[in-house]
Amino acid sequence: MNICVCMKQVPDTNEIKVDPVTHTLVRAGVPSIVNSFDTYAQEVGVRLKEKSGGKLIVLSMGPEQAKEAVKSCLAVGADAGYLISSRSFGGSDTLATSYILSQAIRAVEEKEGLKFDLILCGKQATDGDTAQVGPEIAEHLDLPQITYALDILEENGEILVKREYDAGYDMISTKLPAVITVVKLPYEPRYPTIKSKMAAKKKEIPVLTEADLPSIDLTLCGLNGSPTRVKKTFTPVREKNGVKLEGMEPTDAAKEVVKLLDDAKLL
Amino acid sequence: MDFKMDEFHQDILDMVHEFAVNEVKPLAAEIDRTEEFPMENVKKMAQMGLLGIPFPEEYGGSGMDTLAYIQTVEELSKYCGTTGVIVSAHTSLCCTPIYQFGTEEQKKKYLPKLCSGEWLGAFALTEPNAGTDASGQQTVAVDAGDHWVLNGSKIFITNAGAADVFFVLAMTDKSQGTKGISAFIVEKGFEGFSIGKQEDKMGIRASSTCELVFEDCIVPKENLVGELGKGFKYAMMTLDGGRVGIAAQALGIAEGAIEETVKYVQERKQFGRRLSQFQNTQFELAQMKANTEAAKLLVYQAACAKDDHEAFSHKAAMAKLVASRNASDVTRRCLQLYGGYGYTKDYPIERMMRDAKITEIYEGTSEVQMMVISGWMGVK
Repeated sequence: MNICVCMKQVPDTNEIKVDPVTHTLVRAGVPSIVNSFDTYAQEVGVRLKEKSGGKLIVLSMGPEQAKEAVKSCLAVGADAGYLISSRSFGGSDTLATSYILSQAIRAVEEKEGLKFDLILCGKQATDGDTAQVGPEIAEHLDLPQITYALDILEENGEILVKREYDAGYDMISTKLPAVITVVKLPYEPRYPTIKSKMAAKKKEIPVLTEADLPSIDLTLCGLNGSPTRVKKTFTPVREKNGVKLEGMEPTDAAKEVVKLLDDAKLL
Repeated sequence: MDFKMDEFHQDILDMVHEFAVNEVKPLAAEIDRTEEFPMENVKKMAQMGLLGIPFPEEYGGSGMDTLAYIQTVEELSKYCGTTGVIVSAHTSLCCTPIYQFGTEEQKKKYLPKLCSGEWLGAFALTEPNAGTDASGQQTVAVDAGDHWVLNGSKIFITNAGAADVFFVLAMTDKSQGTKGISAFIVEKGFEGFSIGKQEDKMGIRASSTCELVFEDCIVPKENLVGELGKGFKYAMMTLDGGRVGIAAQALGIAEGAIEETVKYVQERKQFGRRLSQFQNTQFELAQMKANTEAAKLLVYQAACAKDDHEAFSHKAAMAKLVASRNASDVTRRCLQLYGGYGYTKDYPIERMMRDAKITEIYEGTSEVQMMVISGWMGVK
């Protein structure tokens, strides 16, 4: 079973800061990591590969520094990794990104001389939080898709996906190839070993540009190919407008609360 | 001075850091309370290659150097002194002497399983009446023709209850004094060998420190390490390396304590101000940080000297002396900044203070380190 994992490098912070002037993310001083949902996609992929053989290849679109994230995937079981990077891809929204990734998936199949049976993505990236890229890749490639996978099981070449929903889970089988997006798995991604880390460190990560994607339509890439426009990005201001009633008898305080709510037309 | 902090070392450090924060830190208080040896984490570290860092790949090691190993012990000890010493005792005191002094057969038999973590190692020199005066060994090994017979007991053996392989010192010829001491590899299952009582300790409470008992223990001939009568020399050389490990443990404990305290003083308010806004807090932490960085230079210097095959006994002794005293000093002063809360088990600082103390005692007390250093200085 050949598996492609699409992975994004994201800033390692829960408190993302936005530059008030440029409205872009402040990345300086923030270490980058592999998007956590993608680490689960990678882990379930490696487990499937270990069980049924085949190759697992990681693709990531991003700047040069995203090579580090690709290498960290190589250290935990990926056989190869590619970075998709070009000026013409800069500023891509999810539609353009998924288009470029789908083109890259086809190009990598060609280069590696294989066909992917599964394309795995994390459910969403922790920076953009759109959860759109995975499903859009499936659309671009005209493949079946299953989202929110809690686990992916394989029996005799058949794939069975445990899909999360509010009240429980479904067990879904699918034709292959298919695109599956993964949430948090019942097991944690493995740690690298010193040897695998060192081996990954020494590997060259090939970069794919538009020159390597022969059938790509550049009008569908980058800012030009992105219908999404960010109107405003801002850090919500935390205001303390609560009222504290102190030094009052409970009954008086209760009356005061009712008065305040009434004045605010909340009752 | 080159501490080889290249990208490879940084990568290993990042990897160990992630593991330590996610897996080691959450267990530290619990295993301190229960004294339960953290076997699950030891197995995870084994899978990551952390139990055989400085040994060649042909023996199952990770093929890295002493510095990478030392930084690993340091990083683990920031969050759990017990976990730090488990790795240090296994690596420095059991794997290293087998690698350094063992026959090719011994290396091939023991190192791959020790490095992979299938087996855990321990080192047995100390006896009830042979502590700092280690030359007074009373455990005896008698040549019985086709095997050795060991009788006696060892105490305060780190990892003992969880270990499979022991590097054991015993007297083979009393008339020769320290030159009558030899080294043996003893496996857990050898006839006549048993684990005695586990110590109830002040700190590093989950490191399974036990007594070893040898009652007509049968040890195969081929398990004598190196030459007959060289055991004491091997033990002293092994402890030189071990001291760098303990110095790294002490360094880590101090760094961990500072890290926790810096967080605490920024949250805790008294007199309407954060503790961090008081100059006493600022100066205390600044001095502690500077002292700890100074200790770090000594520890890394000793590790690099070992990697460069220089004489490093005195460097190891200086590193351990300074780093362990610093660990005790820093944890005590950090606890003082916490005030009453620091004295409770709701915060990690009292555990760190208890863990720090042992670094001034085991693998040579501070006084022994000063004997080594003054001897090297020619002050006799």
